[in-house]
Amino acid sequence: MEFTSPHIEYAQLWPLFVVFGVGCVGVLVEAFVPRRLRYLTQVGLTVVGLLVALGGTIGVGVGLKDLKGARGLVAGEGALAIDGPAVYLWGLVLVCAIAGVLLFAERRLESGVTVFAGQAAALPGTTAEREASSRGLEHTEVYPLLLFAVFGMMLFPAANDLIMLFVALEVLSLPLYLLSGLARRRRLLSQEAAMKYFLLGAFSSGFFLYGLALVYGYAGSMQFAGIAAAVQGGTANHSLLLIGVGMMSVGLLFKVGAVPFHAWTPDVYQGAPTAVTAFMSAATKIAAFGAFLRLFYVAFGADRWSWQPMMWIVAILTMVVGAVLAVVQTDVKRMLAYSSVSHSGFILTGLLGVQAAGDLGKGEITSLTAVLFYLTSYGLAIVGSFAVVSVVRDAGGETARFDAWTGLGRRAPLTAGVFAFFLLSMAGIPLTSGFIGKWAVFSVALSAGAWPVVIVAVAASIVAVFFYVRFILLMFFTDRASEGAAAVTVPSPLTSSVIAVTALATLVLGVVPGPVLDLVQDAGSFIR
Amino acid sequence: MTLTILCALPLVGALVTALTPAGGGRPKQIALAFSLLALVQGIIVAARFDKDGGSQSTEKVTWIKAFGAHYALGVDGLGLLMVLLTVVLVPIVLVAAWRDTARPSFFAWALALEGFSLVVFTSTDVLLFYVVFEATLIPAYFLIGGFGREGRSWAALKFLMYQLGGGLVLLAGVIGLYVESAGSANGPSYLISDLAQLDLSTNAERWIFVAFFIAFAVKAPLFPLHTWLADTTEKATPATSVLLVCILDKIGTFGMLRFCLGLFPDASQWATPVVVTLALISIVYGAFLAIGQDDLLRLVGLTSLSHFGFITLGIFAFTSQGGSGAILYMVNHGVATAGLFLTVGFLLRRHGTVRISELRGLESVTPVLAGLFLVAGLATLGLPGLSQFVSEILVLISAFDYHWWVGAIAVTGIVLAAVYVLWAYQRVFTGAGVLATGAEHAPVEERTVPRPGRVRRDVAEDGTTSPDPERRLTRRDGPTTDLDRREVGVLAPLVLALVFFGFVPGPLLDLANPTVSALMEHAGVTDDAPVVAEGSAH
Repeated sequence: MEFTSPHIEYAQLWPLFVVFGVGCVGVLVEAFVPRRLRYLTQVGLTVVGLLVALGGTIGVGVGLKDLKGARGLVAGEGALAIDGPAVYLWGLVLVCAIAGVLLFAERRLESGVTVFAGQAAALPGTTAEREASSRGLEHTEVYPLLLFAVFGMMLFPAANDLIMLFVALEVLSLPLYLLSGLARRRRLLSQEAAMKYFLLGAFSSGFFLYGLALVYGYAGSMQFAGIAAAVQGGTANHSLLLIGVGMMSVGLLFKVGAVPFHAWTPDVYQGAPTAVTAFMSAATKIAAFGAFLRLFYVAFGADRWSWQPMMWIVAILTMVVGAVLAVVQTDVKRMLAYSSVSHSGFILTGLLGVQAAGDLGKGEITSLTAVLFYLTSYGLAIVGSFAVVSVVRDAGGETARFDAWTGLGRRAPLTAGVFAFFLLSMAGIPLTSGFIGKWAVFSVALSAGAWPVVIVAVAASIVAVFFYVRFILLMFFTDRASEGAAAVTVPSPLTSSVIAVTALATLVLGVVPGPVLDLVQDAGSFIR
Repeated sequence: MTLTILCALPLVGALVTALTPAGGGRPKQIALAFSLLALVQGIIVAARFDKDGGSQSTEKVTWIKAFGAHYALGVDGLGLLMVLLTVVLVPIVLVAAWRDTARPSFFAWALALEGFSLVVFTSTDVLLFYVVFEATLIPAYFLIGGFGREGRSWAALKFLMYQLGGGLVLLAGVIGLYVESAGSANGPSYLISDLAQLDLSTNAERWIFVAFFIAFAVKAPLFPLHTWLADTTEKATPATSVLLVCILDKIGTFGMLRFCLGLFPDASQWATPVVVTLALISIVYGAFLAIGQDDLLRLVGLTSLSHFGFITLGIFAFTSQGGSGAILYMVNHGVATAGLFLTVGFLLRRHGTVRISELRGLESVTPVLAGLFLVAGLATLGLPGLSQFVSEILVLISAFDYHWWVGAIAVTGIVLAAVYVLWAYQRVFTGAGVLATGAEHAPVEERTVPRPGRVRRDVAEDGTTSPDPERRLTRRDGPTTDLDRREVGVLAPLVLALVFFGFVPGPLLDLANPTVSALMEHAGVTDDAPVVAEGSAH
């Protein structure tokens, strides 16, 4: 048998390879560079790598315009689709990743070391741990791990066949499991979170893989285009397809934290080091929703009537459960986690707005536009919020208890004000990006006739507003200065710049969303 | 650009005030200066206004192309009246609150509220309107939660939840409009002028109308969505209450006229029976609630429920008298209620309480204060010769036109108004003995001697040393003095306006009539606009 080498479109794929390559170099750095130089080397390498990849992504995006006819190309022997939405999501993931690296590299908060465990292998509470901490050890492996996760996150929304989809899912997940367990303080909580995330994640991957096999059995093709053709043709064994779609949804819904697969979210968001939570909560959601959109638009789009009722129910449940459970939280990180669950529900609402192009009015925004904008606004706001959480500390390190945050607005008005601003954005108050996002997803859902979901979404928004606003109240208008009240530790420019840039972006996207909306609309639709 | 400048002045002023250091920077003076500049700009807008020219001083820039949203401003008669009410009241409120708080952020938030409200009243694009409609809540929230009496943070939460809940319902309506307009031939547009042309299906129009109406009924407020009102006015400072009730709540009735009638005339007529019923309940129930209150701030807040019932009744009676009367009512209510809130605020500063049961015989201690309270109160109850009378008559005529029993029920509101104003006056300001309580602050005999002269100046300046400056500043020790020059100066323009427009309502009516007749024409209703009879002043 003759072997034909695959044809790889390096001109379009190189940002991916840059990220992966720098990750590999990072592993070598761990092996060969002396310990004292590793931090600087790794941080510099990672930031430069991500910036180069971001520049490359922009270049690829601009280059897409020059392709004749279709706005994108199927690359890597059909395994990847490089089109407007994919490239836009790459850019978004990379921006979040750069913010993530800056937060990872923050050393001033823990007086000279990063927020990651000195030596992950040392058991909590042992002499080994104390020794690692007194020697000021740091895990610089987190940077290559982040890069590998980013690589997976970029592959995920671009995956155009089932195998690549699964590979990307695993590549993005495994580093995150590790990163979640590396907190320097409250290590048991962190390790528990990692364990929980890993077990549930592995389980959901199993579902995903099983569903994938069933879909392959139905369609006889791994590629989305082939599946779409089979779905359109309506071959026999429709139940095979339905079960397959259902099981694949389990895997994807787990990643985005939708109800009833959300149980890991609060524990992991709380236990993981806050820098990791910031990166993970934004970037995973962006990547997973990208993949979700492509899979359901391209592969299963023709069978919309079968899976939409399921999505209606999931969206409604996700919004309601997320919002209601967030009300009873007493920990900032858990509150944000549940709010992120409800945001998944809002994004799913946007997903329900998928319509045939012919049904759309002239100049009406599409479901894809709405979801991409929502991901942008939410991703930036959540990175910023967790960055703020990381600087609010008491004697025992970071503290997320509501008690400790009480009256923060009087002690540190600027920090509390910025946090309040992020909360207002997540609540969808006008003049913040969250409002435009919310407007967009609601309008596409309403336009597609999903008005019951929109009504529930409005109700859930009111509940969500309640807990956001109550928290602002707690920060600003509650006077009691209790024992162990938190104060703001002044961070290095790394964290401050992340907070400043995300806050500014949240404001700008809320006041003049036009350019970004145009960019998203320009990104066009998925190619087949 | 005139309108952009008008709206931007207070917003810029808010920023400058917030950034000015409290020590030597004189933030209060800066805030007042900006509010006066806005007043001047408002007068310029009014001077250029041609009362038969429709929407004027227009500006239009595409804002979000994908949504069909524009940054579009313009004033018509209704908008201009609201703008003037706002720019006049805000400087008055700032001066009235001059010594209420040591923190300049109060003044910054008040200016921010003014700026957003001005955009609300001048925007001619629904999305822009919605955005600033919601944005007004943020300064309002910080004004209520940050300044005022014990329990204010809870009141702020309640206020905000109601308003945001209404706002989200409105959002659904606004999005519904987008979906409808995107389906039209011209693509999505949020301009009111484009939306008014839109041919909505009956069902869509009714649903969207309901969404808009609920939001405005929360804002206005209308029974049964009013329960935030009394709590808010009780806990907030009186100055904040003026901003909320006299300016911000007008957005509710303003929105009913501009959007409910302007965009959904058929659905508005369809809903009239329900709305009129709610309005009547508000009139009577609000008045009864007011009669039963012991706290004067709650009382004044609840009188507004009754008044907003009148305004809504006038709007939904679908006659020119009703519409013009309602607009007039909005202005007069703003002036009269501001007078009431501010006099009650001055009482609060003097006695640390405004519970009716704890006050007595204050007429002899502070005669000027009592007199001004009475004038504002008499305006509120619609005494002929004071401005509210004219608007009340117009609304009542239209109510009787609508159905005799509607008018009959509405009239009881006026009778009840006499009860709540006069009875409160009687209990607080008249009576034997002089001051029943407040003994914990100062010996009674010392208080009975009104001492002329200025109140202590240092209170506002050194307030920061106290753990809770708000609380301390509202409870003052020492002998009770009558209104000083600043306080009289604050109330004088309000009282003058009440008297002047009581005799000369013509200018106001001239502004209101074209807007109303355009709305009536759009709704397919024909009748004659109310005019001031020949020979009267003007």
